[in-house]
Amino acid sequence: MSATKPIQRCNDFVIKFANVNGSGSASANELFARAVLRMGVPVAPRNIFPSNIQGLPTWYEMRVSAAGWLGRRGGCDLMVAMNPQTWDRDIAEIESGGYLFYDSTKALPRSKFRDDITVLGIPLTEICNREYSDARQRQLFKNIMYVGALTALLDMEFDPVEKLITDQFRGKDKLIAANINALKLGYAHAKEHLPCPIGLRVARSDGVGDKIFVNGNDAAGLGAVYGGATVAAWYPITPSTSVIESFSAYCRKYRTDPDNGSARYAIVQAEDELASIGMVIGASWNGARAFTATSGPGISLMQEFFGLAYFAEIPAVIFDVQRGGPSTGMPTRTQQSDLISCAYASHGDTRHVLLFPEGPYECFTLGAQAFDLADRLQTPVFVMLDLDIGMNDSLSQPFDWDDQRRYDRGKVMSEEELEAGKDFGRYLDIDGDGIAYRTIPGTHPTKGAYFTRGTTRNAYAKYSEAGADYVYNMERLRRKFATAKKLVPAPVLRRAAAPTRFGALYYGSTGPSMDEAVASLEARGIHLDTLRLRSFPFADEVLDFVSEHDFVFVVEQNESAQMRTLLINEGELDPKRLIRVLHYDGTPITARFIESRIADALSERKVSPIRKQVAS
Amino acid sequence: MTYLSKPKLLRPDTPKNALGYTRRDYEGAISTLCAGCGHDSISAAIVQACFDLDIEPHKVAKLSGIGCSSKTPDYFLGNSHGFNSVHGRMPSVLTGAALANRDLIYLGVSGDGDSASIGIGQFAHAMRRGVNMTYIVENNGVYGLTKGQFSATTDKGSKSKRGVVNNDSPIDLVALALQLGASYVARSFSGDKEQLIPLIKGALHHRGPAFIDVISPCVTFNNHPGSTKSYDYVREHNEAVNRLDVILPRDPIGASYAPGSLRRIVQHDGSVLHLRKLGEDYDPSDRIGAMNHIQERHALGEIVTGLLFVDASAEDLHRHLNTVGKPLNQLRDAYLCPGSKALEALNASLR
Repeated sequence: MSATKPIQRCNDFVIKFANVNGSGSASANELFARAVLRMGVPVAPRNIFPSNIQGLPTWYEMRVSAAGWLGRRGGCDLMVAMNPQTWDRDIAEIESGGYLFYDSTKALPRSKFRDDITVLGIPLTEICNREYSDARQRQLFKNIMYVGALTALLDMEFDPVEKLITDQFRGKDKLIAANINALKLGYAHAKEHLPCPIGLRVARSDGVGDKIFVNGNDAAGLGAVYGGATVAAWYPITPSTSVIESFSAYCRKYRTDPDNGSARYAIVQAEDELASIGMVIGASWNGARAFTATSGPGISLMQEFFGLAYFAEIPAVIFDVQRGGPSTGMPTRTQQSDLISCAYASHGDTRHVLLFPEGPYECFTLGAQAFDLADRLQTPVFVMLDLDIGMNDSLSQPFDWDDQRRYDRGKVMSEEELEAGKDFGRYLDIDGDGIAYRTIPGTHPTKGAYFTRGTTRNAYAKYSEAGADYVYNMERLRRKFATAKKLVPAPVLRRAAAPTRFGALYYGSTGPSMDEAVASLEARGIHLDTLRLRSFPFADEVLDFVSEHDFVFVVEQNESAQMRTLLINEGELDPKRLIRVLHYDGTPITARFIESRIADALSERKVSPIRKQVAS
Repeated sequence: MTYLSKPKLLRPDTPKNALGYTRRDYEGAISTLCAGCGHDSISAAIVQACFDLDIEPHKVAKLSGIGCSSKTPDYFLGNSHGFNSVHGRMPSVLTGAALANRDLIYLGVSGDGDSASIGIGQFAHAMRRGVNMTYIVENNGVYGLTKGQFSATTDKGSKSKRGVVNNDSPIDLVALALQLGASYVARSFSGDKEQLIPLIKGALHHRGPAFIDVISPCVTFNNHPGSTKSYDYVREHNEAVNRLDVILPRDPIGASYAPGSLRRIVQHDGSVLHLRKLGEDYDPSDRIGAMNHIQERHALGEIVTGLLFVDASAEDLHRHLNTVGKPLNQLRDAYLCPGSKALEALNASLR
C-alpha cells in the first residue's frame, strides 16, 4: 500500500460526501452532521449543489472542529465518493494520507485509485439489493448504510445516531425500524471488514454548548418577525426563497390571532421582483414595516424602485441573498458580488445603507435592526446575506431579544402634533440630521397630506425644478447619509497578539474562515489586526483602521474587489494600501486560501517594501 | 405650476356635504394639463363623487404612475396623501399600501401608456389578485408628455396627428379586466360626467378591484379626424348599455323608475346601484356576456359604455389573506414581537 502515513486526527478534519442530487443523500448527510453535534463536537456542513432537481453532482462538505472553526478549511481528509460522474476529481481532491470511502460493489481498476490514500470499500449496492426489493428503498438505505459505516470507521457512539433517527421519524415506527436496520447493517459490515477505527476519529467533547444549529435565511425571516415586519412581497429566486418561507412559518406560529385565527401579517407572492419592491414601498409609505427577499437578478430588476424609495425617502428592507453573478451566473453558488449594485443602486446620485451579517445570529439581529434603520433613515436598507450564510445550517450563538426594546419608527408626525400646528415640511431638515418628518396617510383631515413623487420638489413637497431646491435636497440627503454612519452597526475590531503594521478587512460569510486563517497565521508568527465590517456607510473607525496600518488586506468573495472599491471611493483612500484577497469560484472561501494569500503577499512585500513606493 | 394652490375664498352660501366640507375641500392644485384636456373633467368627476359620497378626504390614498394622467392626482383631493410612483408600477405600490391599511380608500389613476404598455403586467396582476381599489385609466390612445406617439390602446387604422396609421392591434383594458377577474368593470367618456360620476361613486363603494376605463380625448395630440379617440368620434360611436345611480343606505328613497327598466344591485356595504337599462338584454352580472357584448360591438366600431360588469359579493385580497381587522400599520410592538420567552423555546428546538 502507501508509503504516506495515514492522517491521524481527532475532532479536527474535513469529510466530504460526493452524491447525485435527488438521491436522498441530503437527509442522510445531515443526519451524520447532527450525530457529530450530538457528541458535542462542532460541525460546519456546507451544501455545494447544482441548479437542478435531480441527477447532477452535489457535495456535502463537513468541517469537524473541536476548536470551533466554522469556516471552510479547504482540502478533504475523508471522501465519501458516491457519484461515479465526479469520481476522478473527487479522488484527486483527497489530501495525501487521507481516506476514501466508496461503494465497492463494482470492481474498479487500480488506476482509479491513489497510492497515498487509504481505500475503504463496502459493497453498498450489493448489500442493499440483497436486503431490499423496492428500488427507492435500495437507494435511500444505501445512504443510511454509509452513515452506519462511518459511525464505526470514525469510532463514533452508535446511540446518538440511532436516537436521531427515532426523533426524525417519530410516529412512523416502520420507518424507524427500517432505517435503524440499515444503519446497523453498515455499522456491522464496517466493523467486520474494515480497519475500525481509522486515523480520523470523533470523540465526545463539550464544544457545542448552548449553540443552536440554524441557517441564515431562517434567522433572517425570524429577524423580520421580531423586527415588526407586517408586509412581505416577494418573487421566488434561489437562494433567497427560504427567507420568505421562514417568515411565513414564524408568522403562522407567532402572529396568528389567538381569538379568530386571523393573520397579523400579509405575504404576497408577486408577479416579479418589480412588483415585489413596489408593494414593499407602497406598504412602507403607508406606515407598515415591509420587506422583500431576493438575489442578484432581482436587485437588477428593482433598480428604478430603489431610486424612487431613496429620493422620495420611503423606508424599505431588502434581504439580498447573494449568489454568483453576473446575469444568471451561478444560481446555486455563493458570492459577495452585489455590493456595488446595491450601494449605488439606481440612476442618478444615490447611496444606500448596507448591512453585512456574518452568520445566523447576525441575520437575526441585523435583520430586525434593519427595520429600525429604514424607518429612522426613511430609506432602503439592504441586508447582504449570501448563499453560504443563507442556505447552510451553521452553529450559532443562540438568539436573544431585549423585551424592553421598542421599535424606532423614526420621525413620524402625529395627528396631535399636526393639530397643535407644528410646521410640517416633508423634506424640511429642522435639526440638521438630514432627516425630515413624514406623515402616514390618513393621519389628519386637513393637515399633513402631501404628494409623494420621484420628481424634484421643495422642502414642503411641492413640485419644483428650481436649482436651489434641488441642491438643498441633495445636500440634505448627503447629511442624512452622514447620520446613517452613526446609526449603523459598528465594525468588530480584533487586535493581533503583537503590534503589527498589517491589517485585514473582511465581512459577511468570510468571517468564520478568516478567524481560522488569522489564528493559523498568528501561530506562524504573522500578526494581523482585523476589522470585520458590518455596514455601509463606513464608520470613521473603518477609515482610521486603514490609516493606522501600512497595508490592509481586503478579503472578499467577488472578482472585482467591490468592498475595496467602496472603501477607496468613500474614504478617498490610497488604493496601494489596500491589498486584494479575492475568492470567487462560487464555493465558500477557505481558511487555507486566505492564509496562503496573505502569507505570500507579506513575504513578497518584505522583499520589496511597498511603503517606499507609496511614499515616492 | 403645480405648486400654486387655489385661493381658499368661499362664498357663505357655498354648499357643504354631510361632513361640513365644501367641494373646494376635495379639490387639489391647479391643473397644468392642456386647456380642454379630458383628464381635467375626470378629476372634476372624482371631486364631485367624493363630495357627494361624504368621503373624508384624508381617508383616500391616491396613487398613480407616470404620464399626463398620472399627474392628475395632484389636481384633486388636496387633503389626501398622493403617490406619483414610477411608470407602469402604480398597481404594485397601491397593492402594498392597501395591505398596510385596509381602512383607507385606494384610488389608482393611470393612463393607457402606463397601464396597457409598460404596466400591463402589474395592471393584470392587481386585477387578478383582488386588490380593493378603484382603478381609473384615463385613456386617450396617445403618449401626451412625449408628444403624440401611439399607445397600446390606439385602434388599428387610427391616424396620428401627422397622418401616420397605426397597424398594431389595440389592447382593450376593459376586456382584459373582465377576463382577469375584476369585480366591477365600467367604461365611460370624459365628456359625459352624468355617466361618469355615478360610475366612480359605485366603484368607490365596491369591495374588490373596480376598474373604469375612461375615454379621454387628448386635445393636443389625438383630437383630429381619423383618430378613434377624438371627442367627435367617441360621441358618435358611444353605445351606453345603462345609466347608473348610486344610492347610499342613508339616502332617502328617491325617484321611482318604470318597472322592468331598473336593476337594483346591493353592494357589500349596503350601497345600492340602480341601473337604468338602455341596452335591451344587457345583464351586468354576466361576465361572459359582457365580454361577448363588448367584442361584438367593437367589431361594429362601437364603444360600449356604462357599468359593464359587477359582482357585488366579490371578496378582496385581505379576505384571501385572512388579515386582522385592524390595519397592519396600526399594530403595535406587543402584537408583532413574540418576545424573549418565545425565542428561548425556539433556541431549545434548534439544538
